[in-house]
Amino acid sequence: MNLSAEQFSSQNIGRLDPTRHARVVLRAEDVWKSFDDGAITVLQGVDFEVAEAETVALCGPSGCGKSTLLHLFGGLDSLDRGSVSVNGIEVNRHRDLLRLLREEVGFVFQLHNLIPDLTLAENCLIPTVAAGIDRNTAQARLRQLADRTGLTHRLDQRIQKLSGGERQRTALCRALMNRPKILLADEPTGSLDEHSSGTIFELLLELVATEGVTLVMATHDRGLAGRCDRLLEMQDGRIHEPVSA
Amino acid sequence: MIFLKLIVTNLRRHRIRSFISVAGIAFSVAAMLTVVTILQGAVGMFSGILSSDSQIIVFERNVSDLFFSNVPASAAAQIAGWPMVSHADPVLFGIVSSADHPIITCFGVTASDARIRNATWLAGDRLNFAQHTDDVVLGERAAEFLDAKLDDHVPIGHGVFHVIGILKTANGFEDGGVFMPLSSAQNFFHKEGTSSVITVKLRNRDDAALFKKMVKAAFPNLIGLEDAEFTSSYSQFRILKATAWAVGGCGLLLGGLGVANTMIMSVFTRIREIAILRVNGFSHVQIATMIFGESAVVSMLGAVLGLLSGICLLFTLKLVPALHGYVDVTIQPVVMMIVILLALLTGLAGALYPAAYAMRIRAVEALRFE
Repeated sequence: MNLSAEQFSSQNIGRLDPTRHARVVLRAEDVWKSFDDGAITVLQGVDFEVAEAETVALCGPSGCGKSTLLHLFGGLDSLDRGSVSVNGIEVNRHRDLLRLLREEVGFVFQLHNLIPDLTLAENCLIPTVAAGIDRNTAQARLRQLADRTGLTHRLDQRIQKLSGGERQRTALCRALMNRPKILLADEPTGSLDEHSSGTIFELLLELVATEGVTLVMATHDRGLAGRCDRLLEMQDGRIHEPVSA
Repeated sequence: MIFLKLIVTNLRRHRIRSFISVAGIAFSVAAMLTVVTILQGAVGMFSGILSSDSQIIVFERNVSDLFFSNVPASAAAQIAGWPMVSHADPVLFGIVSSADHPIITCFGVTASDARIRNATWLAGDRLNFAQHTDDVVLGERAAEFLDAKLDDHVPIGHGVFHVIGILKTANGFEDGGVFMPLSSAQNFFHKEGTSSVITVKLRNRDDAALFKKMVKAAFPNLIGLEDAEFTSSYSQFRILKATAWAVGGCGLLLGGLGVANTMIMSVFTRIREIAILRVNGFSHVQIATMIFGESAVVSMLGAVLGLLSGICLLFTLKLVPALHGYVDVTIQPVVMMIVILLALLTGLAGALYPAAYAMRIRAVEALRFE
């Protein structure tokens, strides 16, 4: 689903054309976020919408607010002003946070953030434990994802014995275990070499396509970002302009 | 299974620290078990002296210590004559010292007393008891530490006594004590015409309530209590038991502080891990359960290790000759359960702050933390 720059209104950068996109799964309206008691304002009135099954790349220099925006989408941080909703769930409402994290969104980080003492399989099963999914269902899902990511033969390995690429594939599996609607990826290939980076990104796109997952990815790599449906530029806490993919 | 692994994984990562925590709880549990069991054994032995072939003890009302109780000999004689009474034995307790032993318990008893009748006489003849005023019978352990044999003369307190017998009883206090004829003990302790208590055996135990009423009516200054009543109400026993639990409790408190320290360190060293779990949908309750679970594992391991150590220690103490008869290694199940429960509660209390801290960890900040 490659979209062109014309699909964005010049007044509402980051917003979708409602005539073409009926179902919005992620919406941010006038989002403000600052740190250090307001001394550093990272997000300054961000408006943003993502349609179902769309892949969106957020590019921009370090500190421009890409990661902060992803954290707000996933309910990991609270916003100062504005609103964020994911699949109709108001992220600011604390009581919905667990549902958000267990059912709606999956996270992939630059550092894989796996638990070293657990095996690959155990790391992947963590979200199912959190959500109380029964063992058989969880195991079936694990086998399915491991097969797709080529990790089946490594399921019983401890994390320390995996390569960087395998670790990131594991993180990808874990993020998709509970069949989230949205995958939030913060520099998912940032810690990998060029070859591994390309491989993981291919896998990422393939998985979100087959699973029908919406992808919002923060990245510095414009080459990879260009392969998403939309590429948005962030600067000074705002989404400035759509860049044609 | 994964949740269980998350609980124990940090204990395996920091084995020395975990071991020290477990050892802390184990020492506390062992100390509590040992102190409580020994003191309960001591209380049991003392109440055993009183209840030797008797069901009711009569003593002076409102005295906090039986050594200060004065029961007139006339009361003993009158009670012995009541129809429901099988026998009533006046007993006078006293404490004396000898050259090397600051405390020796003396029992002033009559020749018909159950303690004399039922004991195993290792030397001497029971029929010779109370024939002369300077005669004494020694418990087996008292004979050992006084280094006395049959027919020896031993200095006890301000007098010298003739050993006419050595007897063995199952009771440590009695085994380490000196038995005198009642009249000799009354003279020795300047308590002429009185005893400390009267131990009473009824023909029919069902008459106990009636007997107690009769005592109250006939002797307003005396009180009759059944053995169980006495054991539970006697202030000295209650003080001893309270002291035992307090000492053990202090030990457990220290152990609990050790667990708290371990759990705080545990949470601090796995902040990032907790954040990862949060991001993957773990609730505050699940995080807290994980922390409490870790603490519970430490406590239970400590409790089991402590119980085993305590039992070994008690058996070792029982083998020490000087403590022969004093240490009762019969560990009451209720004591064991209380000790385990206290260890568990202590561990959980120690994890309260760490769990609260873990619940407050903000994933977004923790994930930035390297």
